[in-house]
Amino acid sequence: MPKAGSGLSLDGLGMPLWLVIELTYKCPLKCPWCSNPVDFDSYRNELSTTEWKKVLRAGRQLGSLQLGFTGGEPMLRHDLEELVEEAERLGYYTNLITSGVGLNPDRLRALKKAGLKQIQLSIQACDQELNEKLVGLDVFAHKIAIARTIKAEGFPMVLNVPVSRYNIDQTEELIDLAADLGVEYLEFANLQYYNWALLNRAELLPTREQLARSEAQVNAARKRLGKRLTIFFVVPDYYDSRPKACMNGWGAIHLTIAPDGTALPCQEARLIKGIDFPNVREHGLDWIWRESPAFNQFRGEGWMKEPCRSCDEREKDFGGCRCQAFLLTGDASNTDPVCAKSPHRHVIDELIGGAQRGDEGRTGRLVMRQRGMAPRTGAKAG
Amino acid sequence: MDAESRLRPEDVVELNPNFHFRWEEPQQAHVLLYPEGIVKLNETAASILERCTDGRSIAAVAADLSQRYGEANLSLDVLNFLEVAHAKGWVRVKP
Repeated sequence: MPKAGSGLSLDGLGMPLWLVIELTYKCPLKCPWCSNPVDFDSYRNELSTTEWKKVLRAGRQLGSLQLGFTGGEPMLRHDLEELVEEAERLGYYTNLITSGVGLNPDRLRALKKAGLKQIQLSIQACDQELNEKLVGLDVFAHKIAIARTIKAEGFPMVLNVPVSRYNIDQTEELIDLAADLGVEYLEFANLQYYNWALLNRAELLPTREQLARSEAQVNAARKRLGKRLTIFFVVPDYYDSRPKACMNGWGAIHLTIAPDGTALPCQEARLIKGIDFPNVREHGLDWIWRESPAFNQFRGEGWMKEPCRSCDEREKDFGGCRCQAFLLTGDASNTDPVCAKSPHRHVIDELIGGAQRGDEGRTGRLVMRQRGMAPRTGAKAG
Repeated sequence: MDAESRLRPEDVVELNPNFHFRWEEPQQAHVLLYPEGIVKLNETAASILERCTDGRSIAAVAADLSQRYGEANLSLDVLNFLEVAHAKGWVRVKP
């Protein structure tokens, strides 16, 4: 997924500046927008500590700088502290992306000692009831307590809110909560619809009015709070008329390694059928990044069709998101249907229309992340 | 530029402690690393940041750079760059 506020002012010179390692797909939470594959439980062959260290060394040799430890829930890996220590030794800027479950004061201190630079903690609502409804577990009080401990230990912190129809009306309360916790960054990450979020799209997609209100509240808070709190606001791309510059282009600066060692241009890329994504157990990272057919498939502009090929904005948005083009048009080399120039834009307009019609057509039920969902269920186009 | 980002020549600035500033060999450049971001600096920006975060005033750093690059007076350039860096939160005024 594209990161909000990714302060990128460079092209990376062909290096995977951003390395994301998904240490495990295991997680106690049941978020119905989880970015992990719908059949996450079929990937059980996690890389060992030694194998992850090898990935870290190879990543630095390729020029990676920012390193995200994520999952699933990365705290479930008991070698996390050891991997952070190795990453620090190698010169990465290390980020932990966590739900906070499994994080306690002892492990926080160990992570600080290992050199961890930054923590991104997710919060789904500003009250226990809604938070529990959205993640399937009573963890709100723990999240707040651990947020305070994170600040007390001196970590810079991003409070990340996955935004949907359910919590978007809490924008102001969440800003107050972030200010009260004393975090440096608050990220309103409107959901992007892949994997679990795609399954629940009709339930989760906010209305245009909700979105406009939320964005106005964010802008007012930015003026009021100034440098005290930096607020990122990632729009749900369906409501834009131009696609997001997804991952800054395929195979441009982002490299994700899944728990089983599969190398991906983004965390969702595995949902595109027909691409053989290479694995770090079988190939060197250097070959994977520079030479592998998967990473070259949509690199640059040679793959583009019309209207992208002759579009004067192609260097700005790279044709949008390949995963979204695949999911909603059936062909990953099509223009992202979010683009008003795409012949498939009507697909998006119909989905937005559905959200605008209020509760009509909605079941009111969220499919929570769980084991045993058939892989086919997640691949249904919009 | 908002008023609170303005700096005076006698100010002493320091790097935001959440930012890491260092030479990055593969990029052949100085970089700033921080939560959610990377900035690659050109040589001029890097030499200003390097000098102005060692406890000297902006005016002193400007004088040093003027001498080093043989330019008459770089104070305005240095101040302008640091005000941008200040607005972006890279540096803060030392109390």
